[in-house]
Amino acid sequence: MDIVTGKTRPDEGEVKFGDHSRSLLKMNEAQIARAGVGRKFQRPTVFEDQSVADNLTMALKANRSPFPVLTWRPSPASDRRVAELAAEVGLADQIDRKAGELGHGQKQWLEIGMLLAQEPRLLLVDEPAAGMTLAEREQTTTLLCRLAETRAVVVVEHDMDFVRRLDCKVTVLHQGSVLAEGSLDHVTRNREVIEVYLGR
Amino acid sequence: MARKPFILRNPSVLVVLAVLAVFTVIVTLMSQAYGTGAIPTSMVKVLGKTLCLALAAVAMDLVWGYLGILSLGQMAFFALGGYMIGQWLMYARTETIVAASMANNPIPPTPNELQQAVASQIFGVVGAADLPLLWSFAHSLTAQLVLMVAVPGLLALIFGWLAFRSRVNGVYLSILTQAMTLALALWLFQNDSGFRGNNGLSGLQNIPGLEHVAQARLSVWFLWASATVLALCYLLAAWLVSGKFGSVIRAIRDDETRVRFLGYPVEGFKLVVFTLAAMITAIAGALYYPQAGIINPAELAPIASIYLAVWVAIGGRGRLYGAMIGAIVVSLLSSWFTGGRAPDLHLPGYTVSWVDWWQVVLGLSFVLVTLFAPKGIAGIFDWLGGAVSPRRQGKDLGPGEGSLTEQEAQA
Repeated sequence: MDIVTGKTRPDEGEVKFGDHSRSLLKMNEAQIARAGVGRKFQRPTVFEDQSVADNLTMALKANRSPFPVLTWRPSPASDRRVAELAAEVGLADQIDRKAGELGHGQKQWLEIGMLLAQEPRLLLVDEPAAGMTLAEREQTTTLLCRLAETRAVVVVEHDMDFVRRLDCKVTVLHQGSVLAEGSLDHVTRNREVIEVYLGR
Repeated sequence: MARKPFILRNPSVLVVLAVLAVFTVIVTLMSQAYGTGAIPTSMVKVLGKTLCLALAAVAMDLVWGYLGILSLGQMAFFALGGYMIGQWLMYARTETIVAASMANNPIPPTPNELQQAVASQIFGVVGAADLPLLWSFAHSLTAQLVLMVAVPGLLALIFGWLAFRSRVNGVYLSILTQAMTLALALWLFQNDSGFRGNNGLSGLQNIPGLEHVAQARLSVWFLWASATVLALCYLLAAWLVSGKFGSVIRAIRDDETRVRFLGYPVEGFKLVVFTLAAMITAIAGALYYPQAGIINPAELAPIASIYLAVWVAIGGRGRLYGAMIGAIVVSLLSSWFTGGRAPDLHLPGYTVSWVDWWQVVLGLSFVLVTLFAPKGIAGIFDWLGGAVSPRRQGKDLGPGEGSLTEQEAQA
């Protein structure tokens, strides 16, 4: 994920993305994000000092250069979109509160909401369920499944219950290469997977 | 959802502008030129200069309080603005004097001779007789006014581009900015740099073309100019930090990496704010030095920029009015205590002379403010408004003991 989003440079190999299979390796983090790759970190990273609405507004798809941002003004459409997004991630009542006041799970949802606002074509999600309560996990699963209807979503997770609930194709990686691929039941029966992860 | 106009969303802007207007009117009515004369001309100049320092502090707050870059080189831009306007002031005034003395010559001087005479008059003190290349535009007020903004702006742009591009952050960036101002000061100290070495530029209080106007009157004019420019730049800064742009730069301050992953070109935003702040600081300097009368490379010493940071910290960074209050209060107190007018404190066995001890008091209050009142003097307004800071003790905001109250969230 670090390589795809431009945080780390690989020693070798290539990363291609989009309709024209553009290489992402020559782009910086911001350019990759603008090209349509969104990333959700393991730790919730929202701007705690600003309101939920501000956080979402910042993430709304719009021109990101300094001067257009300077002259950007909220419109009824943008207000509506922010309210919609907040409702979608279950934060409609918290919209004017500072993000720092939210609970851990709520912050995770806010971050997902910000990713939605960015309208990425590919969403990389790193251990979304870490530190969540059972109820929060369920809502997160629903959110992720709904997201996956309109875009590609890649989730990294080692909690098998959570993965089962997502009900999707599973790829098992070991030291950077693919070990097995398929449904969850298929890969958990795979001999190599058992060997590597259960250490027989 | 109807949006309130800008002023109603930011009531503090209106308050600041009103206070500034009232202050200017009162000083005018008590000045020697336009009123009762209760405030001597020298004091009017001090107040005018203080407004310029407040403007520099507002710019510093943009860079530090909002963008999160602790720049310890802001006074380089301040002094550069002063030097640029000083070039014209000194050249034009010397030209008038030289022209008057040469007018009695049997043969009237050619423009070339006149320029030569002006140059030897100005640069005789550093043993040069030719006009340096850097003074090519000194005869033109318009050109120097443009340079006054352009030179510091360009310096900030190039410096910022180099530093931000290589992602230098935090204390390393602070040290770099400090190195920049020190390097500039050392260069200006050289006699052959073209700025009269450590003599600096002097006689700046005499405005060419306004010789007939008394200093008492001029000082009030400069006070008006300083107050107007401060008000305009305050408005600009408040507008800058109010909308989405303000949101983004505060986000950069809090978590730069995350802003990158949102797709914002962080370096671009830093460059815009840093350069704009440098230009505002330069304008402040250009208004300051004609009131001070003299500028020399000591003004660029790193300590001057550190003072600026101390004022902003004590006043309350992250709030424009906090920076203003800090600069005004602390710089006025500083000049009172170091001016020798503060009465000595007689303790048994030791006499505290404020000229020596003021630095200690200032340093101590800086440490105390940083430790116990990170919001500075501006925090008083929060306290009056009833917003209470949680005792976070370094923990992040969130549910549990450290959570914010609803009321604070509105602040």
